[in-house]
Amino acid sequence: MKTVQFELNGKSVSVSANEDEPMLWVIRQQLGLTGTKFGCGSGFCGSCTVIMNGEAVRSCTLPAIEAAGTKVLTIEGLSSNGELHPLQEEFVKSDALQCGFCTPGMIMNAYGLLLKNPEPTNEEVVIAMDENLCRCGAHGRIIQAIQNAGKQMKKSVAP
Amino acid sequence: MNNDKKINKRVLGNMRNPFGMDRRDFMKRIGTGLVVAFSVGNTPLKAGMLAQDDTPGVNAFLRIGEDGRVKVYVGKIEMGQGPITSLPMEVADELDVRLEDVDMIMADTDLCPWNEGTYGSLSTRVFGEVLRGAAAKARAILVKMAAEELSLGVTELETRDGIVRSKKDSSKKITYAQLTKGKEILETSVGDVALKKTSEFRIMGTSKLRVDSREKVTGEALYAGDIQIPNMLCARILRPPSLGSKLLNVDTTQAELMEGVEVVRDGDLVAVLHPSQHIAGKAIAKVTAEWEEEKVDINQDTLFDHILEVATESRTLASEGKLEQGKEAAVKNINSTFLDPYIAHSPIETHTATAMMEDGRMKVWASCQTPYPTRDGIAEELGMDQKDVQLLPIFVGGGFGGKIYNPQAIEVARLVKLTSKPIQLVYTREEEFIYDRLRPAAVVKIDAGLDEAGKISYWDFAVHQGGGREAVHFYDIPNSRTRTLSAPRGAMGHPFYTGAWRAPSVNTNTFARESQMDILAAAAGVDPVEFRLRHLEHDPRMANVVKTGAERFGWTPAKGPSGRGHGFAVGIDVGTYVVVFVEVEVDKNTGYVQVKRAVCCQDMGMVVNPQGAILQMEGCILMGLGYALREEIQFESRKMLSTNFDSYAITQFNMAPEIDVFIVDSKDEVPYGGGEPPIVVMGGAVANAVFDATGARVFRQPLTPERVKEAMG
Repeated sequence: MKTVQFELNGKSVSVSANEDEPMLWVIRQQLGLTGTKFGCGSGFCGSCTVIMNGEAVRSCTLPAIEAAGTKVLTIEGLSSNGELHPLQEEFVKSDALQCGFCTPGMIMNAYGLLLKNPEPTNEEVVIAMDENLCRCGAHGRIIQAIQNAGKQMKKSVAP
Repeated sequence: MNNDKKINKRVLGNMRNPFGMDRRDFMKRIGTGLVVAFSVGNTPLKAGMLAQDDTPGVNAFLRIGEDGRVKVYVGKIEMGQGPITSLPMEVADELDVRLEDVDMIMADTDLCPWNEGTYGSLSTRVFGEVLRGAAAKARAILVKMAAEELSLGVTELETRDGIVRSKKDSSKKITYAQLTKGKEILETSVGDVALKKTSEFRIMGTSKLRVDSREKVTGEALYAGDIQIPNMLCARILRPPSLGSKLLNVDTTQAELMEGVEVVRDGDLVAVLHPSQHIAGKAIAKVTAEWEEEKVDINQDTLFDHILEVATESRTLASEGKLEQGKEAAVKNINSTFLDPYIAHSPIETHTATAMMEDGRMKVWASCQTPYPTRDGIAEELGMDQKDVQLLPIFVGGGFGGKIYNPQAIEVARLVKLTSKPIQLVYTREEEFIYDRLRPAAVVKIDAGLDEAGKISYWDFAVHQGGGREAVHFYDIPNSRTRTLSAPRGAMGHPFYTGAWRAPSVNTNTFARESQMDILAAAAGVDPVEFRLRHLEHDPRMANVVKTGAERFGWTPAKGPSGRGHGFAVGIDVGTYVVVFVEVEVDKNTGYVQVKRAVCCQDMGMVVNPQGAILQMEGCILMGLGYALREEIQFESRKMLSTNFDSYAITQFNMAPEIDVFIVDSKDEVPYGGGEPPIVVMGGAVANAVFDATGARVFRQPLTPERVKEAMG
């Protein structure tokens, strides 16, 4: 077991993890944040996506020890003081979800995209989101919500 | 008020007691006020499901409390299909309360009466109507109570936003909350109060966004695996290498040596437990076992021969005219064989359950479409009283028919009983595939012929092992027969568990029928829309759906193959008439099919929440592209080779076409099913569009690049 320190949603945390223990279970079980979901355990579906140092990563295949010293953001850290992040807001407005199980991973992956590319084209969204799986079939609405959120985020930082 | 006593307390009338308890206990459990309970009666899709030991007395009830809030207790679950949004709309409208004053209590088996399950588009179609009846009854009772309070006649009163008021003098009014304060009224609804007419709707028929989105975008929404209980252990279970394997011996020594790992053995159930999901996973890998596997010489390619061989029991579902006469009249015969593989439900949430014992009772949170049959199954397995098992409300991360069956809930309950500890069981993706009740693989043979006038003179349809739902055609054909052929009892029909995959049987039967219609149209040299309409003269409702869809798509008549990549299919699912037109692009070098555009038009009767219906239609198109283009279980003998999303591909973003969905206005009709319709036509629409683009007919789903390329020759 190793002690791993990192910043989670703006707060410093310390956990002990085995060498190969995935970040997903550390977040869900040790830190009690269950918004990050288990879907496939092999990085194929993206429902476990979190942001680490500004990059969207699959927490189910990421050893927790690799998070040492990083800044990690989960779905729980996206809204502040009960106010939804524009991405969350646009997912709600566009009804860009059904069962909602893939939704946290979709939003975090989209967040990773918008950090780098605030106004992605339809094609750029498709490429970035392609390996996040949704079984209910909300794809078109998710693309729309992400593009709308990009515009909202740009507005909110504009002078 | 001296009239108080008249309508202060009532007892159950003509229905069975909902929980086998007396009225006082019942009211104590759910609170005082006005309660209206109702029965759905026998629903049409019960066949094959666990039924309650006798006729259900009460299926749901609603309560108007002293705070004016309306609580609706239903056994339905929310798995994305939207009843959490649409059922309150029905209640609020009939009862004349504000939508935000309605709370849903869904599938808490201690509080909500028995329900067979959430599947088959039953929630709105069957259940909603009765729920409306109960709300209408409650409103009638409140008006009567108000008449007494206000010394006015019932006809002098109107209701709005939870208030009864005089039509003439709006200062004479009383709220529902005031009326129900301190009362204990328990009434039944037996459809004895008229429902609102469509023209009187205030809420139904308007579009509402989902009410559960906020919880779902913040990660607050709880699914079965999100339940955290102090001292809870995670379980992993020893699984056989293939279905039907016998456990010869097992060695758990290495697992037992791991710190904190507990091994549980109960007959064939071998499990490891640990507080950490990760360690439990490592521990199960250290359990070694010897199995005797059942070998059958069959895989995804040879399976169709197996199906034709084993499916010998013939049942005729429908027959019209004389096939022989039709054959004599035919100048062209077309005999086609269509093949469908096994496909998996693949919800993103795997089968999951968390359970604990509390005060001698088993509490279970399960990702489950059938909380009551599951509760009863647990009680039976453990020899417990049904009253001592409770399933609690929880969001379900996709079901599609796959969560009708819940082995995980039984397994977790067994482990809790054996250890007396709280336990969580999250199926791995591999377990999800192995224990899924797959959509059955099937072979459909259709022999049909055209007469000199280019009309179908006979139609002989036989579905092998796929099931008979919507196998019977709806076209004008003078001589036809529809049969199902199934494996006799005792024979191994399918090497895997099979079950209800979103619109069971209908996808298979519609793909075959609509492909054959397209083949016949091409053989007759007639535009496929025109060809359908020529055979729909008796059915204006279906003809209207086809015409409306064609117009919306911008269809221009041409006989196939036109080279444009336009195709469509029509179908019926639980009373809803549906058509989808698609435009495809086929890569001539690779055979890869890209669906560029999909236009869906459906006639589904009255629609409670058009927005919710549209979400389902879009979802069906996208999910349907998966089975049409890429979903296929790979296997060898009874061993599953599709174990994760690398070996079983579903719809991805790059496949999403431009989608246009449209609901035909028929709001004065009863509601038909809304959860499934467009999915049933996706296979046929894509296959027909691929033919139109290339001239190549693909008879086997999915239309993988290899198959399309091979068909192109």
